[in-house]
Formats: sequence, C-alpha cells, structure tokens
Amino acid sequence: MLTFLNALPGAVAQGLIWGIMAVGVYITYKVLDFADLTVDGTMCTGGAVCVMMMLKGINPWVSLLCAVLAGMLAGLITGILHTSMGIPAILSGILTQLALYSINLKIMGKSNQAISVDKFPLLVSLRNVKTGPFFKNSIVVGVIFCVILVGILYWFFGTELGCSLRATGCNPNMSRAQGIDTKRNIVIGLMISNGIVALSSALNAQYLGFADINMGRGAIVIGLAAVIIGGVIFEKIFRNFALKLFAVVIGGVIYYVVIQAVICMGFDSDLLKLLSAVVVAIFLAVPYWKQNYFAKAKNKGGVKNA
Amino acid sequence: MLKVEKISKTFHPGTINEKTALDGLSLTLEDGDFVTVIGGNGAGKSSLLNALAGTWQVDNGTIMIDDIDVTKMPEHKRATFLGRVFQDPMLGTAATMGIDENLALAARRGKRRGIKAGISKAERESYRELVATLGLGLEERLTTKVGLLSGGQRQAITLLMATLQRPKLLLLDEHTAALDPKTAAKVLETTNRIVNEHKLTTLMITHNMKDAIANGNRLIMMSNGKIIYDVKGEEKKNLQVTDLLKKFEEISGNDQMSDKMILG
Repeated sequence: MLTFLNALPGAVAQGLIWGIMAVGVYITYKVLDFADLTVDGTMCTGGAVCVMMMLKGINPWVSLLCAVLAGMLAGLITGILHTSMGIPAILSGILTQLALYSINLKIMGKSNQAISVDKFPLLVSLRNVKTGPFFKNSIVVGVIFCVILVGILYWFFGTELGCSLRATGCNPNMSRAQGIDTKRNIVIGLMISNGIVALSSALNAQYLGFADINMGRGAIVIGLAAVIIGGVIFEKIFRNFALKLFAVVIGGVIYYVVIQAVICMGFDSDLLKLLSAVVVAIFLAVPYWKQNYFAKAKNKGGVKNA
Repeated sequence: MLKVEKISKTFHPGTINEKTALDGLSLTLEDGDFVTVIGGNGAGKSSLLNALAGTWQVDNGTIMIDDIDVTKMPEHKRATFLGRVFQDPMLGTAATMGIDENLALAARRGKRRGIKAGISKAERESYRELVATLGLGLEERLTTKVGLLSGGQRQAITLLMATLQRPKLLLLDEHTAALDPKTAAKVLETTNRIVNEHKLTTLMITHNMKDAIANGNRLIMMSNGKIIYDVKGEEKKNLQVTDLLKKFEEISGNDQMSDKMILG
C-alpha cells in the first residue's frame, strides 16, 4: 500500500501525458469514426524528434512544436493513403505505422536516445513529480497542457470547419450533400489527431528521460482504454464537448493509476499488455452485448417512426 | 435550367451483375418546373437523381445546370447547386448534432468553411422561426440531437436543410416513402409549400401515382434507364391513375409491372 501511494504521483503524471494522447485518439475514433493505427508510430516519432532536437541544444518549445508538426505529417500520409489511394482506414494506419518504425530509427540514429534532466531544460520529468517548484512539477505542467489543449479543441470544433469535421464523422453522405469535402476533412482530422499524439509523445519522452523505438507499441490500445474508461464513467454527467475531452484525460489517469495498483499488488508486469488488451476488448464488447442481448424488452415499446 | 444530354451508366460492366441503370437519357427542365418521376423498381429513377447529384460519375453524356457543365464536378462541389432529401430519414441529417447545428451546416452549403463560429446567436433565432413554420413544435427543442427525432421530423428538417440555401435544383428521392401515411402527407404538404414559395425547380421521385399526378406541373415515367412518358400542363392535370397504369402496360408489358406500381 505504501509503495502504491509512493508511486501514485508518478502514475498521475504519466496518466495526464497519455491522456493528451487519448484526446488525439478520441478525435479520430469518436469524432471522425476512423480507427487510426498510425498513433503507434506517432507515439514514438514525437518523442524522437523532440529529444534529438533538444540534444542539439534547440529550445524545448521549438522542439515540441517540431514534434507536433512531424506528427501532423504522419497523419497527412495516412490521410492520403486512405482518401487519394483508396486504402481501407485500418490498413492505411498500419502502413504508416510500419514506415514510421524505420523513420523513427533514422531520426534517432539508434533504438534509444537518453536525455538527462540535469543537462537539459526539460518541461516535464519524473524527477519533478514530488519535489521542485510548483510550476516545474510535472503534474501541474501536465494539467496546464491538458487544459490549454482541451480549450483549443473546444473552440475549434465549434467553428464552421470544426462543425463540418464532426458532420463528416457522423454522416458522410449528408456532409457531401451539404457541400462538405469529406476527404479533405478526414485528412485534416488525422493531422490534428496525430499532431496531438506527437505532442504527448514528446512530453512522454521528456518525462521518462529518453526516447525509445518501442515507446509507441500498443499506444492505440492505451488510448482507446482511456477513451472508453472516461466515456463509461462520465457519460451520464458530462454532455458538453469540452467536458467529454476532460473525461478522456481523466480516463488516461485512471488507467495509469489502476495499472500502478496492479503492479504494486505484485502482478507480473510481463502480462500488462495482455491485461490492457483484455480490458479494452471487454469494454468495446459491452455496447454490442447491451444492444443484442439485453435490449429486447426496451425495443418492444421502443421508438416508432412518426 | 437543367439540361441532361444522353447520359448513360452501367454498373459492374462485363460481369454477370452488369446492369444498365441509365440508357442514353436526355431531359431538359425549365426554371420552376416541378417534375414528379415514377417507374417500377430498377427503372433508373434513383440512378437519375444520383447522376445529377454526382454520387458517381456517368459513363457518357453531359449534365448542365444553368449553363455550367457539372458532369465531372465532384459531389461536394455540385452540392452548391443542389438540395437533396433521401428516402432514408437517417441519411439526411447528422444524428449526433443538434437541429440548429444541422441547419447551420446547411446554411453554409457552397460557402468556404473557415474558423468563424459554426453557428451565431442571430442565426439560431432565425432558425427558431424557420423551424416553427413546420408546425411540429420543434422550435422549442432547437438544440435537441437530431438522432432523437422521429423519421418524419427528421425528413422535415432535412427538407429545410435542402432549401435553406436556395438550390437551383431540388432532388427528392422518395422522401416520404419510409413514413406512415399521415406523416407522409404532412411532409408532402410542407414540400409543396416550400417549393411554391421559392419557385424551386424540383425533381421528385415517388412510388405513389396519386401523389405523382396531384403534385407538380410535369410527370415523367421511366423504364429501363429511359424516359418513356413525359406529360405536362393540362394533359397532366387530367391524368388518372388508370391512365398511368395503362400507359405502363402498353410500353413495358405486364411482366415488367412491380407490386409497388400496382399498389400505387
């Protein structure tokens, strides 16, 4: 129990950073209705770009911005594969993700690049979770990033362009009939999403003190887990779009806290990914089961077209 | 206004599923024409509307709207000129967005969508009045998600969306077929009101021959991807359902008759 409490702040900080990543997943998975597997690659690309640039002595904010741009570029590629080349959504993501493995290696020059918090001005670090000045604290920085990000997205999805993006995900036929270029919108959505994932990746690499070629493996599952956990827990209370995004971030935090608890209970950490996959699979199945096995009574008196 | 010349479309060419949906069809509409389109299943009615809307490109022929060649224009660009209501009430609206948001989307058809607010306060007020004209009480539920509305309500909203930006051509693809008779009559009444009010050039597919005769100033009958009968003015007004049935038999033969034609 004591070890768990000791590890809790770290889990929260990590959860916040992955929560940002999950917001990116939310945009493709929920808003655009596009299961984008690019993120497994982007979740490394952002960190790789950021770490390499900082190692060259470039300002951390500039490095962060470049990481985001690199992520957006990855999203652009997936978008082009899907919309201009007619490749199915999932396969487009997998192709980009595979290509990114090589690109990530080339960016880093080897499979792992360390960056020390002592020598570089890192924005977040696991060293600054419990100690250090308030605005250097990784949890505080994580929360600030989340709030700003959610604010920007809330504004954007209320604009004409943002509304047309939501319509594209909801009903592409109707969107085209209303003059919306659905292909272009899918590309824009993928770029935004992967830009956010790369931001999370860059923060994650700083937090851990290294970028690693495997740091994005299974990212999509963790992202989905956060989206689903946040959705299930807060669906009844949070109706507003901004609150829904916060729910996703909180979902990420809950995910990491639970994982930490499981580890502290002595669970074999080799099995963690298996556990994640099983949990996500079950949560994805719940709406399907509800609809097919438990909704009979409801349907009888149900909605009628009038 | 609309000038369609010898358009053809064959689906799955060279396979056993080959189907000629449109066969060298030509059609010219005058400004303000309200044309009802009838024909059996597979006659090519929906294909005609889809060809006009640009859902897919035609194999041959040209489509001109107000002297603009739209034959190769992608669907979302052509939407600038067109208003569409589909047969399936689910197709015409974004279910997870509010009534007001759906209307705001439609208000920007053919315009550049930038980073201005997706819907303004003044707009929302004007939609309240607009929705009130439907007489369905929906003006009090402007922010309700469209997915929670009934099929008839959704079709009525879709109709408003299709005509909010005055379209050069309104395409109605059996838009009352999925509704119960009472609701269908109500939606059709609204359709007539809007079309007359704005003098919209309209193509309306229907399976109901009485509706086809009672509405519009011109009627065309299709079979095998061609227009086989075309009446307007006085001659159309004096048509009887039995006339249409006879016409149908004489041109395409008894075996072509579908159940729905008889039921009409």
